[in-house]
Amino acid sequence: MYRMAVLGDKDSIYGYAALGMEVCPVTDDAQASRKLRELAEGDYAVIYITEALAERIPGEVNRYREQMLPAIIQIPGVYGNTGAGVANVRKSVEQAVGSDILFSNN
Amino acid sequence: MPTVNPTRMELTRLKGKLATASRGHKLLKDKRDELMRQFLDLVRVNMSLRQRVEEGLKTANKNFALARAAMSDETVEVAFMASKQEIEVEVAPKNVMSVNIPQFTVKTRTSDESDIYSYGFAFTSSDLDDAVSSLAAVQADMVKLAEVEKACQLMAAEIEKTRRRVNALEHIMIPQYQKDIKYISMKLDENERSTQIRLMKVKDMMLEEAHHYKEKEEKKAAG
Repeated sequence: MYRMAVLGDKDSIYGYAALGMEVCPVTDDAQASRKLRELAEGDYAVIYITEALAERIPGEVNRYREQMLPAIIQIPGVYGNTGAGVANVRKSVEQAVGSDILFSNN
Repeated sequence: MPTVNPTRMELTRLKGKLATASRGHKLLKDKRDELMRQFLDLVRVNMSLRQRVEEGLKTANKNFALARAAMSDETVEVAFMASKQEIEVEVAPKNVMSVNIPQFTVKTRTSDESDIYSYGFAFTSSDLDDAVSSLAAVQADMVKLAEVEKACQLMAAEIEKTRRRVNALEHIMIPQYQKDIKYISMKLDENERSTQIRLMKVKDMMLEEAHHYKEKEEKKAAG
């Protein structure tokens, strides 16, 4: 049985504890990378990460992109939506089609 | 310059390889097209789900910010310290055109919806309750988003790989085999012609030896 975790700055993620997800507040990049790797190698199937944090450790986030588990999903934090999550979907389209033909107009 | 041996055996071998490559090319192309069709459908779902989740989280985040502003850090921390609810996911791999995509089924420890409130209501504001319930409202969509977005990422990677293979077969391997086959069959034809000519020449010489046509001709001309 797998679990779910949320990674990010404390203010953005503390509420997810109420839903029963594992909350991992991190502050600096090195700590975040270490924690993400620990979660990914553990029995976590879904890891939500704030866009702001994912932007700071792109290498670690993309490492698991082509593996079946875990699914690392970017979510907007309390400090606003950076658009990184949507950009990520576009990246998939670009990778598959060669150019962004679906969402380039919005 | 081709570096193949112009032999009949090599020709047979190459023809076999060309047949396999063409078959593989056709199959991979079909795989790519079907993957692409499914991917395009899925990625549209992904985008709309993401927009919905981000919208929901925006509201939730705003509510949490509000709730936090009205309470001390300690109160908030204590409120979420002992969570009543626990969430678990069951993962079932699903095979889509040889891509394994995970499917998530969420199981919560208790089925009681009010268990998301892990605190007594005495010390916390009602803003916090609103915040938690607005977050719970997007939870199902978030799980769905995780599933769909992961599937999109995996399929995108597979499509890229397949596309490269199709291109390599179409533009490099198959033309190379065709060129080699042509070279060998030309070479074999040429060898055959040169043998034919040599035989004709030898036959001429042997006839000359036996009948002395030339000498007779010369005598006739002189006589």
